[in-house]
Amino acid sequence: MATKLLMKGNEALAEAAIRAGLKAYFGYPITPQSELLEYLVRELPKRGGAILQAESEIASINMVYGAAATGERVMTSTSSPGFSLMQEGISYIACAELPCLLVNVMRGGPGLGTIQPGQCDYFQAVKGGGHGDYRMIVLAPGSVQEMADFVYLGFDLADKYRIPVLILTDGALGQMMEMVEFPEYDIEAHLVDHSSWATTGKKKGSERHIITSLFLDPEILENVNLHLQKKYDTIREKEVRYEAVMTDDADFIVVAYGLSARVSHKAIEMGRQEGMKVGLLRPQTLFPFPSEQLNALADHVNGILVVEMSAGQMVEDVRLSVNGKVPVEFYGRMGGMIPAPEEILNEINRFYSQKLIEETF
Amino acid sequence: MTNEIKIAGFGGQGVLSMGMTLAYAGVFEGKQVVWMPSYGPEMRGGTANCTVIISNDRISSPIINQFDMAIILNQPSLDKFENTVKPMGQIFYESNNVINPPTREDVSVFEVPAALEAVNLKNAKGMNMIMLGAFLEKNPIVSIDSILKALKKVLPERHHHLISANEKALKRGMELLQNPVLS
Amino acid sequence: MTNRNEGIQCEILDRMDIVWERPPALLDVKMHYCPGCGHSVVHKVLMEVIEELDIQDKTIGIAPVGCAVLAYDYLDIDMQEAAHGRATAVATGIKRVRPDRIVFTYQGDGDLAAIGTAETIHTVNRGEQIVIVFINNGIYGMTGGQMAPTTLPGMKTTTSPDGRDVESQGHPLKIADMIALLPGAYYVTRQSVTSAKGVRKLKKALLSAFQYQIERKPGTSFIEVVSNCPAGWKMTPIEANRWLKEEMLKYYPLGDLKTPDT
Ligand SMILES: Cc1ncc(C[n+]2csc(CCOP(=O)(O)OP(=O)(O)O)c2C)c(N)n1
Ligand code: SF4
Ligand SMILES: [Mg+2]
Repeated sequence: MATKLLMKGNEALAEAAIRAGLKAYFGYPITPQSELLEYLVRELPKRGGAILQAESEIASINMVYGAAATGERVMTSTSSPGFSLMQEGISYIACAELPCLLVNVMRGGPGLGTIQPGQCDYFQAVKGGGHGDYRMIVLAPGSVQEMADFVYLGFDLADKYRIPVLILTDGALGQMMEMVEFPEYDIEAHLVDHSSWATTGKKKGSERHIITSLFLDPEILENVNLHLQKKYDTIREKEVRYEAVMTDDADFIVVAYGLSARVSHKAIEMGRQEGMKVGLLRPQTLFPFPSEQLNALADHVNGILVVEMSAGQMVEDVRLSVNGKVPVEFYGRMGGMIPAPEEILNEINRFYSQKLIEETF
Repeated sequence: MTNEIKIAGFGGQGVLSMGMTLAYAGVFEGKQVVWMPSYGPEMRGGTANCTVIISNDRISSPIINQFDMAIILNQPSLDKFENTVKPMGQIFYESNNVINPPTREDVSVFEVPAALEAVNLKNAKGMNMIMLGAFLEKNPIVSIDSILKALKKVLPERHHHLISANEKALKRGMELLQNPVLS
Repeated sequence: MTNRNEGIQCEILDRMDIVWERPPALLDVKMHYCPGCGHSVVHKVLMEVIEELDIQDKTIGIAPVGCAVLAYDYLDIDMQEAAHGRATAVATGIKRVRPDRIVFTYQGDGDLAAIGTAETIHTVNRGEQIVIVFINNGIYGMTGGQMAPTTLPGMKTTTSPDGRDVESQGHPLKIADMIALLPGAYYVTRQSVTSAKGVRKLKKALLSAFQYQIERKPGTSFIEVVSNCPAGWKMTPIEANRWLKEEMLKYYPLGDLKTPDT
């Protein structure tokens, strides 16, 4: 049986990456995720991978662009300001359809902001972020265990769809320790053969491989885009992941991801103790978003509360999903503040008392 | 059964490692645990704190505003966290570093002269373990054996020779809060 | 013996010269720097220079992202905070629209010589008439002691735990030497803060640099200060000072690299 370890989220993520066959890591220090780089500096060279502290995030992402083109498992990690710098490179990677793993351990913004946790890069993560019509698969872990699990999943999805996969998490999940168990994972069995496109040197008698995002002819570029969109549709259809907590009999649900989902979970437990039928839907993939599931739930509940550590970003996707079927309220904290369970319970309470008023009159 | 604990003091007093030791001991006893540190410049500025949650069940929120117990190693931390302890909860405070003791009457307050005892034991760094011992005396949520096993995980290899000194400090802390035998 | 303290205090004040005095342009607030950190010394000298040249009312400073990010809390002048590495670009923007203002940047080695290398080189290459104050402490102080481009070979940091290996992690970057090669550089010098004499020299260098800008001399002034980071180096301030003198200065020798007459 695999042993249970107590680890920081950042370190669990790094350890999982090595176990998933990470061949190269490129990154630049930034709080609150420097432990990732520091852990890999100590461990990765001993265990068969290359690591380099780059001179900037712009360099890091372009190193990833180069390394990913060889078809190996490669990654970078950063936090919000650094992720902004990476957008141009990610756009190239998405267009060139290179598999790789990216990590954004979010902090409060905008600007230099704070190093305390935030969830305010949601739009940037799920709507593209850089220029052009592209998407990444965005995974949102809710525990240290998922910080590890989603690394394996991330690499597998990246390889399967030739797409950058982003783990979108925050400073608190990165810094906190919980138990983690690393699954048995046979790297060889999971590796995908990329020899048909990877640039590893032209084989005698076979076609050259070119990695590019330049398609000057608009007809060709439109076809490239159509191909990308088709791929995103397949992903929307097949790769939605979420956790539903006590939603079966719920007449009201909270929707939240990552850390705010953990806090919301406590709030609904408290609500249940007070006799309220509240549930929680926690998207584990933010792209693709569990729209259909939410739409279906909206048929059974009277209202939805979205909780985020932002001014309200995911709430837009929730509203699109339920398409006006039920009222969607929002509660958020910003700037590195984390909502407390009691605050969320208050919001839930408000909903119930409002409903009571509506039913009475 | 869930215990929600706040540990707070100056950076350098072993606040974070005390919490980590307690959390790791919980792991050895098959419990669910969370250790959540304060991080960033706040630590350079002097204060550090962590939340430790030990539970038999899945732990939902790692972020909580109210605690069952608080282990407090300096005055600013007491000022900050005294009112976050739940009614009927407990406060353990280090008496050398706290000038104005807690005034709450709806919680149990334990004064622990850990700094002084650490000097007596010639183990100034053992202050945090004395506090932990005192805490465990009143709350045997994990065994001393598990704590010692946890220390092996928390301390870097080169500091493993300090474990026996830490054990002494733990036991001293327990003694400090043992009820005097009535004659 | 009982009133020893009181007695001595008065005597000292009567008898001795004042060795440290806060220039009024340095705000009277508690700084966040670690004990023994060079940043606070450089702040003080910088503000003395700005006072002496009487340019407090027309100087604009650019703070970096690094430990000196909060310099604007300490320096009593108008300041702007730049993104990590972009200070000289921000300074360029200001200087181009207000050439009558005195503009300087204050940057660490990660900020100036890693993520901001391109901006640094191009700013000097254009000969922007600004002063660049470059604090080289051989490490990333703010983020907790990672390797910087200026970290010495073999030096241990959190991202070079076995010591910097020049084969895989590159060589310490002597960026001031590179800058001195650029035609846009007007004055390039490397100073330090380890001794009183060194501090006086640093002040002289800063005085010249700002004077050149006041006189609209063509080109950029670049002042490197070889500094310390006791916290990141995991040393006491005294050990750090010794190590700076014995190791850092070997690799980064002090002196002028380019003067207006060379
Ligand atoms: C885009 C971006 N990447 C990374 C960081 C994190 N960061 C903050 S300061 C710093 C380096 C500080 O080192 P240095 O410039 O040498 O200044 P010192 O603290 O040593 O004075 C880094 C990498 C950031 N704020 N923004
Ligand atoms: S970390 Fe280093 S550079 Fe930053 S304030 Fe402390 S000593 Fe100075
Ligand atoms: Mg530095």
